[in-house]
Amino acid sequence: MNDPTQHSRRVFLMKLAILLNGIVGTVLAVPILGYLLGPVLKKDSSYNHWTSLGSVGQFPVGQTRLANYHNPASVAWDGQTDTIPCWVRCIATDKFQVFAINCAHLGCPVRWFPQSKLFMCPCHGGVYYQNGARAGGPPLRGLFEYSYKIAGGQLMIKAGELPTLSTHASLAEPGHSPCVG
Amino acid sequence: MRGLKQRGIELYRWFDRRIGLAGPITEAAEHPIPSSSASWWYVFGSAAVVILIMQIVTGILLALVYTPSASEAWNSLQFLNHNLALGWFLRALHGWGSDFMIAIVLIHMTQVFLFGAYKFPRELTWIVGVFLLLMTLGMAFTGQVLRFDQDAYWGLGIGASIAGRVPLIGAQLVHLMLGGPIIGGATLSRFFALHVFVIPGILLGCVALHVWMVLRLGINEWPMPGRLVRKSTYIQEYRNLTREDGVPYVPDGAWKDAVFAAAIILAIIGCAVFLGPVGPSGPPDPTIIQAAPKPDLVFLWLYALLAYLPPKLETPFLLIVPVLVIVGLLLLPLIAGEGEKHWSRRPVAVLMVMMIAVSLGALTRLATYTPWSPIMNAWSADPVPIKFLDGRTPLEQEGALVFQDKQCRNCHALNGVGGMRGPELDAVATRLTEDQLVRQVLQGGGNMPAYGSALSPPETTALVRFLETLNGSQTPARNPSRVLIRKPEAFSSHHNEPLNSANQ
Repeated sequence: MNDPTQHSRRVFLMKLAILLNGIVGTVLAVPILGYLLGPVLKKDSSYNHWTSLGSVGQFPVGQTRLANYHNPASVAWDGQTDTIPCWVRCIATDKFQVFAINCAHLGCPVRWFPQSKLFMCPCHGGVYYQNGARAGGPPLRGLFEYSYKIAGGQLMIKAGELPTLSTHASLAEPGHSPCVG
Repeated sequence: MRGLKQRGIELYRWFDRRIGLAGPITEAAEHPIPSSSASWWYVFGSAAVVILIMQIVTGILLALVYTPSASEAWNSLQFLNHNLALGWFLRALHGWGSDFMIAIVLIHMTQVFLFGAYKFPRELTWIVGVFLLLMTLGMAFTGQVLRFDQDAYWGLGIGASIAGRVPLIGAQLVHLMLGGPIIGGATLSRFFALHVFVIPGILLGCVALHVWMVLRLGINEWPMPGRLVRKSTYIQEYRNLTREDGVPYVPDGAWKDAVFAAAIILAIIGCAVFLGPVGPSGPPDPTIIQAAPKPDLVFLWLYALLAYLPPKLETPFLLIVPVLVIVGLLLLPLIAGEGEKHWSRRPVAVLMVMMIAVSLGALTRLATYTPWSPIMNAWSADPVPIKFLDGRTPLEQEGALVFQDKQCRNCHALNGVGGMRGPELDAVATRLTEDQLVRQVLQGGGNMPAYGSALSPPETTALVRFLETLNGSQTPARNPSRVLIRKPEAFSSHHNEPLNSANQ
């Protein structure tokens, strides 16, 4: 058998080796976690950029029309997913409401019906008025609305993030249901 | 010939001297099981393993062609379906294999639960099994995303919307799930990594552990009413059982496993040949908003549940109930690790299984025709039944036009055709008086939007006149006070008054 003193030195060296691997493991884990959590650690506001929906003239007063924008943070392999639709309501010259396509319930694409002046969702039956306010169905709030500005005759919106109940930093909630009847 | 056989045996020995697994494998194959367990009820676990092997093989074969890029995935699936010989068949095998896998895993779990097989000493086998179920569902969801079509795109939106309901870290979860702020290239790539590397890796490890424990602890014996499990005596009782009434697993039990596995694989092949691959549906182009996304069969019950839960309960339900269910499943063998195994003495267990099966079945059935969804083209596509137009005045017929033009039909059926979101209106005039109809149309209520700003007074008048004719063959509802206040002739001439003068 080995000399006990030697043995205790080997036990010590084994422990030292485990400690060394612990340190190396941590050094390795930090950048890996940083890489993995990259999308999470970024500030929410940095995802949204001003992007154009085209010239203001495309949107006649009193109408709500579908418009598309290019995801400001797109990559070459996004394919068709980099073009995203939204609903533009032109209330008066220079006065707009731009709604996200996604239903506030579970994100399905809402469709506009000019005859009944309603947005309807095909999934669970969420319905919204023309100003985006909730009219019926399971959504807890009105449609998500993009901030907009007009620059050089272009209608610009601040977009880039899929709107959900917790990711709508730049998105406001439209007014409550209109006085009717 | 004899020399060839001798050479073969020598070759086998050469390998076994170096590998040394022949002994343990033979021992495991021939280990004694209770003769009652060599039953057709015990074939589901092994069938799941066989389907898993088929899924791995077909998955690898699909990966030879599939392109995990948001811009090309859909095209590569079309190529597999239409351009590559038997590509459609491999897709169909993998897709139907997934449905069969979930069915078999659920049947296996139910059988194990009803036979009390999760009790001592097989608690950990059950717990690992719960993780296997979760990973199987994870494979189904990520697989659905890899079929990167319209349904997958909006399905990801639904997933993100659910993740976004988590308090405090909702936004971070959405970004982690999508690989960025929005559904795009990064999203598909990470679901590919999950579906092909991460989940299968953990899954295979868990399957190995699960099977190892089944071999080590022995298969559950057929439960007998009144034969209780006690930690102090069970191991000895099981040992006695296998010694006195044991049969070798191979061949006594294994032949049934093998026959059932072959039947299941044949069934998958049958579905693949006759029903073909599922999708891809339309391309993942969000600008095509004429989409009514729906999840795959496995998650249809959830889709239905999200339509029927009261809106304010949805978030708590989505966040709390899954945690409770998973924790409940994990704790089950630790809480009920001893006692009765037989289903005839466990009425609560049987009732639970029946209740869950009926609920999931009913919700899935409802989600196949989604009565809660407006039918988006009913207003322009569904004809007004002739019996509702025949003999009507021009104003009433104008009302029928308003009814269609204002999309009422999207939610309300006539003669069984149209949306089912709201009530069918074939006999609405027997339920609501004229005044109530006017109020309901203009102000909405219940789940109905207010149409006050979308209808002009003449349109409202025409619409209500039309609705008043929908009384089946019964007397329409009338407000008695009107009859009392007005003279009969005044009441009959009332039909010519403009409605909105009285209601605005």
